[in-house]
Amino acid sequence: MNRASNQAFVALFERDLYVTFRKDLIPFLSQSLLQPIFFLFVFGRVLPEIGAARGSYGIALLPGVLALTLMLTALQNVALPLVIEFSFTKEIEDRLLAPLPVTWVAGEKLLIAALRGILGGILIIPLGELILPGGVDLSNASWIGLVAMIVIGALAGACVGLVHGTAVPPSRITIAFGLILTPFIYTGATFYPWESLDGLRWFQVVTLANPMTYVSEGMRGALTDQPHMAAGWVALGLVVSLAVFGFLGVRGFTRRAVD
Amino acid sequence: MSGAALVEVAGLHKRYLAHGPEAVAGIDFSIVEGEIFGLLGPNGAGKTTTIGAITTRVKPSAGLVTVDGFDVARDAVSVKQRIAVIPQRPNLDRSLTAIENLVFHAAYFGEPRRTRRRRAEEMLERMGLEGRADDKVDTYSGGMAQRLMIARALMHEPRLLILDEPTTVLDPQSRLFLWDTMTDLRERGVTLMLTTHDMVEADRLCDRIAVVDHGTIIALDTPRGLRSLLPAERGVEVTVAGAQPLELPGGDGVESVEGRVEEDRWHGRVYGDVTAARLAELVRAADRDLIELRRMEGTLEDVFVHLTGRELR
Ligand SMILES: Nc1ncnc2c1ncn2[C@@H]1O[C@H](COP(=O)(O)OP(=O)(O)O)[C@@H](O)[C@H]1O
Ligand SMILES: [Mg+2]
Repeated sequence: MNRASNQAFVALFERDLYVTFRKDLIPFLSQSLLQPIFFLFVFGRVLPEIGAARGSYGIALLPGVLALTLMLTALQNVALPLVIEFSFTKEIEDRLLAPLPVTWVAGEKLLIAALRGILGGILIIPLGELILPGGVDLSNASWIGLVAMIVIGALAGACVGLVHGTAVPPSRITIAFGLILTPFIYTGATFYPWESLDGLRWFQVVTLANPMTYVSEGMRGALTDQPHMAAGWVALGLVVSLAVFGFLGVRGFTRRAVD
Repeated sequence: MSGAALVEVAGLHKRYLAHGPEAVAGIDFSIVEGEIFGLLGPNGAGKTTTIGAITTRVKPSAGLVTVDGFDVARDAVSVKQRIAVIPQRPNLDRSLTAIENLVFHAAYFGEPRRTRRRRAEEMLERMGLEGRADDKVDTYSGGMAQRLMIARALMHEPRLLILDEPTTVLDPQSRLFLWDTMTDLRERGVTLMLTTHDMVEADRLCDRIAVVDHGTIIALDTPRGLRSLLPAERGVEVTVAGAQPLELPGGDGVESVEGRVEEDRWHGRVYGDVTAARLAELVRAADRDLIELRRMEGTLEDVFVHLTGRELR
């Protein structure tokens, strides 16, 4: 039984890799990169050029945009397909009847979405080099920290997406995406270091509920020597985020999968 | 029917909402290996819910369901290895072509890489889809999509194939093709279960039929057995040459006769326990030419009306 389930898991993953790379690559990359490209361009280049921001703002921006891209790509690549597959195309059924536990099907969804997030996120680095006036300086980067933040950030995004994709009724999906994504994007310490919110205490506290805050801050620590949240707090935030959203997401998936 | 039970459903109840009505209100039946078993009933009777309980997609509120001895609630993976489902609505993988749908499905079920593609090609050919292997599935018509779903289902050689209202949306030609396919599968030893609200289909295909209504089984028998539940429909239908009514002496179990004349022929419906053989003798004794003689069995539609007092649809 376990062997059959392992084979099924691998085969599901293979199918998703095949679709990602052979069928879906261009639409997928444009969907995940368009918004970050504009963030980098407008905040990192246009604003400094017209004097609305300091020239170094781009350097401060990159870790946040990287975190945002990772998480948002992973999130959208699990939430949106899930809603469609459960309600409209029913494609999920062939997976749910494959010889593996339902929770594994959810796990595989998380894995492929995280992978897509990683793919999108990594491309932000060369894009930053192209777009930002000062380019990207990785001389102070901690490579282990960077890799860890990329992988964990993408997984956390996928978990949030799983909650999102299974909690929202299909008829509400368009409005829900707007209502949830917008605050998610703007409360994640993307465009400013978390510490700099000291003067806006209530907002600083609110942002602690957003898993992206920890990914952005961790990324800031890994990539730059800017001020950032202490590594211990980042790690704690990430562990709690993964546990809470992972649990809620898998539970939500199981409830949708079995009536 | 003889043979072992492949599916056992005992005391199945399902309530979707805590205080809502019961979609299935206590169903018991078993499906014998090698038979075609039908669930016949109107929309909302609980057919799809019952299928869901067998296929691990619906969690029973109470009751026990086993497939090949495996408890659906406790050993879902073993159950899933033995079954395949053709759902009411297409659920093909729309990112993939037809043949890719089959190849990946086979992979989910552990078919070795070497043989997947060849098996998929064979299966497409068997379903008359060989020219359309590389088309995206959203270009497929309803009938073709269903044939592809059958091909996909057969890729992992299930012991039990479940079809939920398979012919409701099909044109007559696809319907005949499906019926032939199902009969053929049964001959190859696959056990089949289908739901339908089509009497002709149930009558023609099924070895046994459970009539369901409001979440319970109100009758379970062979098609012939079900028809014999109709008291008024026991009798013989006879057609003889010549317009004058056939003289029938009393006795012989004849309860009543309805006759009518049509183009120099007399048609009679002779109700009661009278046999066709006895009626043939009576026709000969009256020196009339016998044109047609048929035992009346009634239709399953009549059975349903008889059992529930309502039309099926
Ligand atoms: N997911 C669900 N949630 C709530 N009620 C449902 C659900 N699925 C079916 N029902 C209800 O259960 C009853 C039986 O439905 P179903 O099993 O689909 O019947 P059938 O397949 O015979 O048409 C219907 O009243 C239907 O509305
Ligand atoms: Mg149904």
